[in-house]
Formats: sequence, structure tokens, C-alpha cells
Amino acid sequence: MGWFKRIKEGITTSTNEKKETPEGLWYKCPKCKTIITSKEHKQHLFVCENCNYHHRIHAKEYFKILFDKNEFIELDAKMVAKDPLGFKDSKKYTDRLKQNQKNTGLKDALTSAYGKMNGENVVIACFNFNFIGGSMGSVVGEKIARAIDFAKENKSPIIIISKSGGARMMEAAFSLMQLAKTSAKLAQLSNKKLPYISLLTDPTFGGATASFSMLGDMNIAEPNALIGFAGPRVVKETIGKDLPEGFQTSEFLLEHGFLDLIVERKNLKTKLSQILRIIKT
Amino acid sequence: MEYLEFEKPLEDLVLKMEKAVELSKEGDVDVSATIKDLEKKIEKCRKEIYTNLSPWQRVQLSRHPSRPYTLDYIHAITKGDFVELHGDRGVKDDKAMVGGWGTIEEKSVMFIGQQKGRNTKQRQKRNFGMSNPEGYRKALRLMRMAEKFGKPIICLIDTPGAFPGLEAEERGQGEAIARNIIEMLQIKVPIICIIIGEGASGGALGIGVGDKVLMLENTWYSVISPENCSTILWRSWDYKEQAADALKLTPTDMLKNKLVDGIIKEPVGGAHSFPEKMFRILKKELINQLTELEKLETKKLVNKRMDKFSAMGVVKE
Ligand SMILES: [Zn+2]
Repeated sequence: MGWFKRIKEGITTSTNEKKETPEGLWYKCPKCKTIITSKEHKQHLFVCENCNYHHRIHAKEYFKILFDKNEFIELDAKMVAKDPLGFKDSKKYTDRLKQNQKNTGLKDALTSAYGKMNGENVVIACFNFNFIGGSMGSVVGEKIARAIDFAKENKSPIIIISKSGGARMMEAAFSLMQLAKTSAKLAQLSNKKLPYISLLTDPTFGGATASFSMLGDMNIAEPNALIGFAGPRVVKETIGKDLPEGFQTSEFLLEHGFLDLIVERKNLKTKLSQILRIIKT
Repeated sequence: MEYLEFEKPLEDLVLKMEKAVELSKEGDVDVSATIKDLEKKIEKCRKEIYTNLSPWQRVQLSRHPSRPYTLDYIHAITKGDFVELHGDRGVKDDKAMVGGWGTIEEKSVMFIGQQKGRNTKQRQKRNFGMSNPEGYRKALRLMRMAEKFGKPIICLIDTPGAFPGLEAEERGQGEAIARNIIEMLQIKVPIICIIIGEGASGGALGIGVGDKVLMLENTWYSVISPENCSTILWRSWDYKEQAADALKLTPTDMLKNKLVDGIIKEPVGGAHSFPEKMFRILKKELINQLTELEKLETKKLVNKRMDKFSAMGVVKE
């Protein structure tokens, strides 16, 4: 059966590139303040050449980096959030959703797709942090669940790229239960001996860390990403003193044994392909 | 006995009652009519207060200082036939998470649960029921042991959250909870989870994946506490009541949304007013649930558990 014959949602490939990620013509690195053109910055995969600061990017950019020729087929592209609790704080949840959809051109905080990476089939589910802080509600949970199902049916490995502030409060306990739902799917995938790589990027917190993000056969992170369960502000308030330098960075997690390796963005595709090739061989 | 603000009318009546009883002991005046009248009034007052609780009042009750805690339930239900087990075999023994072997009417089970403390010293020792990663890892060790010996698991949930401390992060709080969730989904013995007080977020779910997840009547379960939700979404502590409403965290709402499997009634007046009654109610419920779950074949049991959690969520396409 041809991998690309299973077209579900129509092809979304490289045409939609009018919106550049960092606005304007110039990019100033928030860490070392080096200024370069936005074009150069994009060519460097949104990583500062001077200090190696990895600028936050979203599904669209990661797909371009990882899928061959930026060719992929999006899964569940039409799925949107409902408002099961009729949630309202200072703003209605439904209005918040509409506003985020308008501002980002996205449906929700996760995009999933399948395609080829260095010629091999792969499913990738990637967070969009620009959509309500990459928060995990029912849509994110369901899309991850279905992406895992899709990988299972097609005997493909899956990569989940986390970049999430955690739960989506406006979906309350529905949001919490996505931890169990995604984990259930991962357990089923694991029983089929299909590899799952968790790629943690800046920032990954809360519900993501307390479920799929930490459950990879291999947990990999980009350099200097902030990763944790409780946010640094909360931890600081709890202990009542300043946090040590480098607390909750990728390097900190690697040192404490919670990551397998740290990979720079420019090496991601090669490294991920290498791992999957060795497992498969 | 401590009284919450909305319990004040009840407190007044109870105080009057105590005085009347004292008088009757002195034997000079016949107050039996007054006592009878007060008894009726107390009962009526209790009913009035407890049948119209707001979500925020239930949150307050879930934290009532006189409410029974995990070990109170375990000791009562097992009639003392309980052996507490300690340690995660890696780092230390987490006092905020307790567990061990016990029997309920000759049925052997593994008990696990968060433990709160009743006075300042105990509260500190128990870290206010907030576990560190080693607490979750101890819980998982005990669950695996229960699986090995084919005994069901009962988890009593009562936590304001997993501990957000420095060492907790160093030792992988997220990983510990994630591991428990994925393992609990696959464990080959029945798991019953009861929210007996507070069910806060991942800290609760870390021992909350069960074939039956039941909530006592005056408890809450959600992704965040109303206070923290208020602080984040309203940028002020003052909207906790609105947050409690919005989060739909009561047993009734949770059952309606199919996120839990049932509600266990408390005596009118709450578990803290009549703990002995509450122990009997829970024990009966546990025996019924265990009997039902034991009928299921292992594979079916596990698949059903996985399917239940896989179905949670509401989306539009
Ligand atoms: Zn820089």
C-alpha cells in the first residue's frame, strides 16, 4: 500500500509561506542582541549564529525542517475545539478561540502530519506555542491520539514535538484527562514495538511533561530549552529563594537523567533519521 | 470541632445544645423538651446547609480540618488489619504518599493514598499531602507488587497538587507522574480510585487512573485549584468562587461530563461530621465495586480501562 495514497485531508505543502515568522526585515537576538536580517535568520533555522539561541518556532517551520522537500499530508486538519464547559473568565473561551484562530491562521495548538524524512515514513505531531500558549485541550489530546493511531496502523515511527505551557484551563478536567488519553495510546503503540521519539523544545511544562513528553522511547531536547513540571515562578515562590543558574534547562535535565540527548536544530533531521535507521536495521 | 463560615448557624445551635445538656446534668431544671426541640432544629439546619452547597463550599468542605484522611479510612475499613510499606527504593520514603497491604472483610488489597496532617507538625511531615517524585514512585512500586500477587488496588486521592519544589524538579516530577499514568493504564489487576478530599491536577491523576474513579460528595477534581485558576485567568485571588463555578469541578459536573464513574453519598453534614458513618458507606461501596471488577477477565479489564480514558474529550470536526 502506498503511503501517500491514504490522502485524508488534502495536501498542504510549501505554498503557504507568505507569513514570515519574525516580523520585519531585521532580527535581534533576545539573548546576545546580535542583529541580522530576517532572511538570514530564517536560513539559519531561526537559531542565532552568534550565541546558538534557538528561537521558538512552530509546526510549520519544524515540518519544513524535517519532512523531505516540505512535503507532508496533514492529519485531522479540520478539528476544532468545542466549549464543553461554557467557560468564561474575563473573556469567553469561544471568543478566545476565535481570536487565536484569526491571529495565527491555525485551528488549535497542535498540527499533525505524515510524510517522509530522509526517505523513510514518519508521523510528526507538533505544538504551536503561539496558539493559547501551546496549551493542551481536547483537540490537542485527540489529535495526538489519532496521530499515534495512524502511526500504529501504518507501522510508522512517530515524533511528538512538545512546546507547551501545559493544561488548557478553559477545558478544566477535560484537559487533565488528555494526559491519560495520550498515554493510553502510547502504551498501545509501544505494544506494537513502534518507536516514539519525544522532542522537547522551549518551553515544555505541566501536563505535557506529566505525560507524553516524558514518555518517549527516547527523550530528546533542543539546547537550552526550559522543561519542567512546575513553572520556574511557582518553584521560586515555593522555595522562597532564587533558582540556581541553568535550572530546568535541557542541559539540567540531561544531567539529571531525564533526557537521552540534546540535539541542535540544524542537526535534528540527520540525528532523528540516524536513530530511526539504527532501530529499524 | 471546627466550623466553616457557612456552617455558623449550625454551630450556634450545637452550642445551645451543649449548654442545655449541661443544664440537664445539673438536674435542677427539666430541659428535655428544649433538647428535643434543638435536636430537630439542628437536623433541619444541617439539611438546609448541606443540600444547597455551592461549588466553592464543596471545595472548602473537601479541605475541612476535621475531614477524615487516607489513613483514617484505611484503619477503619481494614479494622486495623493493615501493614504500611515504605520507600521508593531509590531516594527516600515520601510521607505525603502512604500505602500498604490490608484486608477488607477477608479480601486482600493494596492501599495507596496521599496523606495530610492534622496539626502543624504533622502537616509539615506530610508536606500538606503534596508528594514528591519518590511518592509517585513508591506508589508505582506498590501497585506493581499488587499486580504480581494478583491483588486489587485502592487509591485514595487527597492532594492540593504534586509538590512544586526544587528537588521535585531535579528528580523528575513530570516523569514520575507520566510513568504512573502509563503504567496504571496497563496494570493487570482491578484499580479503584476514590477522591476523598482534594483532587488537584496531575498530582491526583498520578494515582488516579482506575477502572472505577469515584468521588465522595463533598470533594473536587480538576486541572487546577480555584484559587490558582483565579490568579492566572482573573489575575487576582478574589475570583475563586467564580473559578470554582467555571471549572465544573464538583462530583455532579464531573459525572455529567463522564470524567468520573460515580459519586459516593456522604452523610448529611459531611464526612467530617459523621466519620464512622462515612467509613461504613465507603467500605460497602468498595466491597461492591471489588466484587463487580473481579468478574472481568484481565484483558477485558485493561482494554476497558484504556478505552474509557481514550474516549475523554470533546472536539468538533
Ligand atoms: Zn544570540
